[in-house]
Amino acid sequence: MSSEVIEREPDIVFIGRRVVGGIAEGEALVTRETISGWGGVNAMTGTVIENRHELKGVSFAGKILVFPGAKGSSGWSGVFHMTRLAGTAPLAMLFNVMTTKAALGAVVTRVPTLTDFDRDPLDCIETGDRVRVDGDAGTVKVWKARSS
Amino acid sequence: MVRLTDAEQAMCDGAQGPAVAKAMDLLIRYAEALGAESFVETNNVAGVPGSSTPWLKQYYADQGGDYRAVFSHFDLDSDETVDVPRMNAFSCHLQGGMDPELWREQGMTEAAHDNFVADEKDVAAHGIQVLKTCTPYIAGNVPVMGEHCAWMESSAVVFCNSVIGGRTNCEGRESTSAAMLAKRIPDWGFHRDEFRRGQHSAQVQVQVDDVFEWGMLGYWTGGTVDDTIPVLEGQIGAPSLIRHKHFGAAAASSGGVEMYHMVGITPEAPSAEAAFGGARRGERFVYDAAARKRTWESLNSVGSSRDVDFIMLGCPHYSIEQIAEAAHLIEGRKVHANTQLWVFTSRAVKATADACGHTRVLQEAGAYLMTDTCSAISQAVPKGTRVAGFDSAKQTHYLPAIMGIEGWYGTLSECIDAACTSRWEGRLS
Repeated sequence: MSSEVIEREPDIVFIGRRVVGGIAEGEALVTRETISGWGGVNAMTGTVIENRHELKGVSFAGKILVFPGAKGSSGWSGVFHMTRLAGTAPLAMLFNVMTTKAALGAVVTRVPTLTDFDRDPLDCIETGDRVRVDGDAGTVKVWKARSS
Repeated sequence: MVRLTDAEQAMCDGAQGPAVAKAMDLLIRYAEALGAESFVETNNVAGVPGSSTPWLKQYYADQGGDYRAVFSHFDLDSDETVDVPRMNAFSCHLQGGMDPELWREQGMTEAAHDNFVADEKDVAAHGIQVLKTCTPYIAGNVPVMGEHCAWMESSAVVFCNSVIGGRTNCEGRESTSAAMLAKRIPDWGFHRDEFRRGQHSAQVQVQVDDVFEWGMLGYWTGGTVDDTIPVLEGQIGAPSLIRHKHFGAAAASSGGVEMYHMVGITPEAPSAEAAFGGARRGERFVYDAAARKRTWESLNSVGSSRDVDFIMLGCPHYSIEQIAEAAHLIEGRKVHANTQLWVFTSRAVKATADACGHTRVLQEAGAYLMTDTCSAISQAVPKGTRVAGFDSAKQTHYLPAIMGIEGWYGTLSECIDAACTSRWEGRLS
């Protein structure tokens, strides 16, 4: 699964609880705003379409999606499920607030997913950082894109 | 790890066939994702089992591209195609994609209608009740207090939890389809007493009396408490099914409220102490005249032109009482040539409206009484619609955003007047 070997040690390592197992590594896409599935995401492109959302027009396809949690319609899982079929799903997901929408959505999207972290991913991951999610071990490794 | 009873283990081992085993497999993955430790039994499931777009059928073409393929791979998230038996739980189909008769007026194609007819035949053949509504609780599925349900549809979920005292999380398509077969759902969230307690206090300091006011209070509540559980107290007038229906739908769409308490009104809130499960906690919010005005302005911020070409009623689906009132208000009048009036309800309620003559009154006025769906779900509005008016805060929240049109929120009476004059004269009194 690992697409790139990073020689240096990660800048940040933290742990969470497994929602869905598996390992993925890629570039982070971070939002502090909750995400709506039905009516908020175009599954064919993996793009956020909600008016006034900070990610409006941005696609999470192939990214490590870092977000607070799910909101909106009960169609959340169905829309994220469709992103898997359309090839536009995120590579992995990290979210803080557990809901039935986010849990079921992660399960059917079948990408490594963690929650219940020992530190807030929204505080230590920025869009563009390299992130490795190990859903089985419950670890997140972060290589900062720029030193802070 | 989720604990399984002997009966649940037997289902996993295939005692009830491969589809039930696949359903259990999905439900176990879902329960573990949630962190649930066991399942509750449910015999009341409402979802959208197996209904699909032609795209989804095409995607599974190599698996047969039929209902069986879609139900196996999408609904049950299975990697194998399995035979799908009759559902085991009492199962209902929620709203669908078009009116069974007025689909041409809704702009649907012949091919889309053929797909709709084929899906519905399969739904019925699998023992799923074709309620085709977002309001199952007024179309033949009324839970009782304490009953464990597995429902989709946010407005129905909030009604079930808050008004009835039934117990359901906001489920998704895959979990409801699996629950229809396995009669199980994770014991998590609203199935558990401790999760149902109020988290914030909302003081209502302005009189809230009719459907219009309850809708605005709901819209404010969701925007204020997000997806937490509010406890409302104060100047809330006499409750009714319709008022709760519009309050809950609004709160669920502006914020994601899945349960609310109203002290002295809803069944799990005989007192504030009961609603909070102890002392008041969380924040204290106030709904006063200023908050009411801000809510009205926010709902009406996407409207600038008062030349209305579409009035949409029936979100959530109208009850017979609401259809009777709409018919009474429009009797002897005509929908304006520049405007269309669509009223949405369930098939069960429409049968009563037909018997009462309300359908005929609406038709004679030039309006349509439609079933199964709504403008937001099916993205169906009259051709050329630019400005719409609603008596539903939920539809005002969704439809203008989905369709890129302007929208107004007002009373039923303002909506009927606008339909007959083509002018929106809604005002905050």
